[in-house]
Amino acid sequence: MLVTLLVLSTLIFFLFRILPGDPLSMFIDAALPVEAQEAVMKQFGLDKPLWQQYITYMSNLFRGEFGVSFHYRQPVIEIIGEKVWSTAILMGAALLIAFAVGVLGGAIMAWIRGSKIEIFGTALALFFRSAPVFWTGMVVLLIFSYRLGWFPAGGMRSVGTEVLSNWDKFVSLDFLHHLVLPALTAALYYIATPLLVMRTAMIEVMNDDFIEMARAKGLSEWKVLTRHAMRNSLLPVVTVLCLMVGFAIGGQVLIETVFRWPGLGREMVAAIQRNDYPVAQATFFLMGILVIFLNLVADLLYGILDPRVTYD
Amino acid sequence: MNALREHFEILMKDRLGMIGMAILVSFVLIAIFAPYIAPYDPMESQYRPDGSFARMDPPSREFIFGTTRMGRDVFSQVVIGSRVALIVGIVSAIASTLIGVNVGLISGYYGGRIDNFLMRLTDIVYGVPFLPFVIILVAILGPSLGNTLLAIILISWRTTARVIRSQVLTLKQRVFIEAAKVSGAGNLRIIYRHIMPNIVPMALVYTAMNLSTAILTEASVSFLGYGDPLLVSWGKTLHMAYVAQAIYDAWWWVVPPGLAITLLVLSGFFISRAYEEIANPRLRQR
Repeated sequence: MLVTLLVLSTLIFFLFRILPGDPLSMFIDAALPVEAQEAVMKQFGLDKPLWQQYITYMSNLFRGEFGVSFHYRQPVIEIIGEKVWSTAILMGAALLIAFAVGVLGGAIMAWIRGSKIEIFGTALALFFRSAPVFWTGMVVLLIFSYRLGWFPAGGMRSVGTEVLSNWDKFVSLDFLHHLVLPALTAALYYIATPLLVMRTAMIEVMNDDFIEMARAKGLSEWKVLTRHAMRNSLLPVVTVLCLMVGFAIGGQVLIETVFRWPGLGREMVAAIQRNDYPVAQATFFLMGILVIFLNLVADLLYGILDPRVTYD
Repeated sequence: MNALREHFEILMKDRLGMIGMAILVSFVLIAIFAPYIAPYDPMESQYRPDGSFARMDPPSREFIFGTTRMGRDVFSQVVIGSRVALIVGIVSAIASTLIGVNVGLISGYYGGRIDNFLMRLTDIVYGVPFLPFVIILVAILGPSLGNTLLAIILISWRTTARVIRSQVLTLKQRVFIEAAKVSGAGNLRIIYRHIMPNIVPMALVYTAMNLSTAILTEASVSFLGYGDPLLVSWGKTLHMAYVAQAIYDAWWWVVPPGLAITLLVLSGFFISRAYEEIANPRLRQR
């Protein structure tokens, strides 16, 4: 994992140095006064040779020192600190809905395998997985915000809402009202994965002898389904949850853009468009850390939940 | 060849797989004959029969999907846009399969240091968030079809490599591989003549999936404004509609290109799913 992290940060280092134009102009805002420009040059060691720059960059990165945003003229860490929470809440809500519905739906679909409803369910889940999530978002906004007027057209809270604390920010009816559409849109996009993984796992488990055994004991179909089949099918679903976050974060970039949700993904896109490279670099780095960390968790979980898997 | 026909037959038996195949073939035909199907130049402003500027026209007999703010014909944009989608989908699917299958075969067959190196490399690529990486790389290198393809291919081989490797690990233990070795077949011959045919269905699961992912990714990148400036694509049509805030007064500008992306991507997933039933016999209905 550490190696992966090291390589990823090295990749970012070089990625942001192949930008066309003067390499210095990417790190130093031309609008700054000359003394301030020199201060930034010093801080990031941009006057030094490449290998020294690399070392400075690495040590800065791991101390959480991402520099100063060109756009906001504030330390990057202060800007994205808050956005991380907005993204986490939206993504968390969407994944929770997708997995709750997906696990139950997948189990039922395995149980009624081969029926018309099952084929329709698979097709429907795949339809929403295939629809570009930014487009689903646009259509959802068209219907539920513009035509029906049930939900706000974007943002995280109504204009003019006073925010006294972090608690107020994320726990209020107004916030929930803004959360519904983006969370449901994202959930529709994510649901195919847990649904189909659960279905496959259930089908494999249902062929196992212990299911026959449970039936032979005279347990009701419902008990066989929930107590025996579902419980033993959850392992791949839990693992896939961790692996899915990498994919979910990509969807997040688009959903946040369409719903103007002030999160990490939207900030990344905006930062690239504004040539605010310190912010773009930091958001991408954070997303990478999250993905790498969850890949590791998935590996470990696999070992804990299935004793047959060992790591030596 | 027999194995190939067998795959095709199973594909045809799977209802969703068949639908997927039909959709994909239709889009390929549309893309090939696009210039003959599209009634207008997709980038040219159109005029109504009475001579007035056809700005934001709802669907009509002249413009069956309506027109954009610049008076461009949405239907022609959707028809021509199928070309970019299919090129991106097919090229990335083939390239990522070629890379992924070879990495998986070599890694799984040789084991040891080679395996270790290739799998660590795969792990690293797994640590890169896919869409954010593509967006950043395309923004940095400049928006073009080639750069989008490059960014997609750099990442999308990873799943194929991992899955194929684990298949090779079990295949390697089988008797017929032993037999081939004893009879003096070389490593390359064993890998490509004896092992490879057995992993084809599994590889195709991911080829079809990569087709879908690549098309979605290109559409997303174009939607964010990093589409190839010289080409008409579905993502770009949606980008223009989004920038013009057309969601609120021109649904016809938003719905058709999105539906086209959805259908084409869906066809890839359907085909992928059908191959999964072949590759994993435990899923087959008994």
